[in-house]
Amino acid sequence: MSRRREDIVIIGGGPAGLAAALAAREAGIRKVLILERDKELGGILNQCIHNGFGLHTFKEELTGPEYAEKYIQMVLEQQIPYMTNAMVTGIEVLENNDKCVTAMNKEDRLVEITAKAVILAMGCRERPRGALNIPGTRPAGIYSAGTAQYYVNMEGRMPGKEVVILGSGDIGLIMARRMVLEGAKVHCVAELRPYSGGLKRNIVQCLEDFDIPLYLSTTVSEIHGKERVEAVTLTRVDEHGVPISGSEWRVPCDTLLLSCGLIPENELTIGLGAQMDAKTGGPVVSEHLECSVPGVFACGNVLHVHELVDHVSAEAEKAGRFASEYVLASESKTCKSEVADASERREEGWE
Amino acid sequence: MSTEVKLTCITCPVGCALTVRLDDAGETTVTGNKCPRGAVYGTKEVTNPTRVVTSTVRVAGGTDQVVSVKTATDIPKGKITDCMRALEQVEVQLPVHIGDIIVENIADTGVDIVATRSLR
Ligand SMILES: Cc1cc2nc3c(=O)[nH]c(=O)nc-3n(C[C@H](O)[C@H](O)[C@H](O)COP(=O)(O)OP(=O)(O)OC[C@H]3O[C@@H](n4cnc5c(N)ncnc54)[C@H](O)[C@@H]3O)c2cc1C
Ligand code: SF4
Repeated sequence: MSRRREDIVIIGGGPAGLAAALAAREAGIRKVLILERDKELGGILNQCIHNGFGLHTFKEELTGPEYAEKYIQMVLEQQIPYMTNAMVTGIEVLENNDKCVTAMNKEDRLVEITAKAVILAMGCRERPRGALNIPGTRPAGIYSAGTAQYYVNMEGRMPGKEVVILGSGDIGLIMARRMVLEGAKVHCVAELRPYSGGLKRNIVQCLEDFDIPLYLSTTVSEIHGKERVEAVTLTRVDEHGVPISGSEWRVPCDTLLLSCGLIPENELTIGLGAQMDAKTGGPVVSEHLECSVPGVFACGNVLHVHELVDHVSAEAEKAGRFASEYVLASESKTCKSEVADASERREEGWE
Repeated sequence: MSTEVKLTCITCPVGCALTVRLDDAGETTVTGNKCPRGAVYGTKEVTNPTRVVTSTVRVAGGTDQVVSVKTATDIPKGKITDCMRALEQVEVQLPVHIGDIIVENIADTGVDIVATRSLR
């Protein structure tokens, strides 16, 4: 096991973590470390190869990987240290209020990092399919839309050829277009609610452009097939979401993609004992983006699911600055002469 | 006589509801747009609809790696399928740098395919 000491440890190397690290460095914090469990920085943006990112931040339309690379480049230029393949397994508050972050790297070696402040930037993940409550067996060929996106965009393999998508969230809509472009037949998108959960622009450019029907107030009531999905039964539902009997129809397919929304990834936050917000799925934070545990800050999708990555970056910058203030303030308690310095910085970087 | 087309602007997530009026002289007027980009989109969409295509190409050498790419600018909608079929044949050698031209003049559109990420 190895040990290190840092001022600020950032958990997650997605757009939130990267922007927070840059802001902390800019606020004058020297010892910043980013921990990322994946093999590269960039977070979920690496698999979002479509465009539409960065109109606010960079005033140009970028793809996900392009947006990520701009931030990664800045982090490299600032020589901010990071560890990839480093999965954080726990955060503890020490007696002197410092935090101890435990991470495991690829070789199963433990790293223990003591830090004055921690920034949570773990992002979100998709709702597990178990929560979907579709009766029947679980044959192969059922994927979450995000998993399918990873296969197609990161590994270059197609999960199937004949596709039905349940749920009209943006990832599902974007995957409908992606699968069609790669030669699959997307039969339809079914949405339980009477309206789509996705952006209108994605309905237009991902479904209407390719004549893919969107059935509202419709759900999958049965999945057919033993080894592999062979077909699904779609059913209309009434205004209470109850299936209307007699409205069923069968659609042959080999793949069912589930696009049923995202939830913040907060096992670590809960383990830390931070107070959670039942509505957002993220921790309760002050106006300084600080959790109920002093010195622990949160930003990006771990806090609540953001529609735009630009908003994630802006929020993360603030978290980086607030965490820096916290560190500088705790230092100034021991060294009076630094107080003036810190408050000067405070005024500079304020929005 | 003029014709009116109702559209959703897809340029940004706001998704403004546009009305595009096309008069006899072939002139268009766009209303409902919250910003100038919407006017450009509305006019194009009724005269020559175009899209930016994003996809991936394989890395040479039989690995399971792919590099994400896009058309450097928008191409006519009718060319999207040709563009995709042409990309299926493409393999790139590493290293790739973001912005590198991967294919020149894809499917005779006059538009290049560029890498949207770096990979070593
Ligand atoms: C499948 C999917 C597709 C999406 N598609 C779009 C889209 O098309 N457009 C859009 O605007 N938004 C999309 N989003 C939302 C997108 O996540 C946000 O816009 C943005 O990427 C959030 O940034 P983030 O840094 O908060 O989270 P992320 O980008 O998710 O980054 C979090 C990082 O933290 C790391 N991490 C998590 N837990 C740990 C741990 N314990 N230890 C170490 N590292 C950890 C993860 O590996 C990840 O790299 C999508 C989300 C998902 C899940
Ligand atoms: S008109 Fe402007 S604001 Fe409205 S959707 Fe188009 S680009 Fe966005």
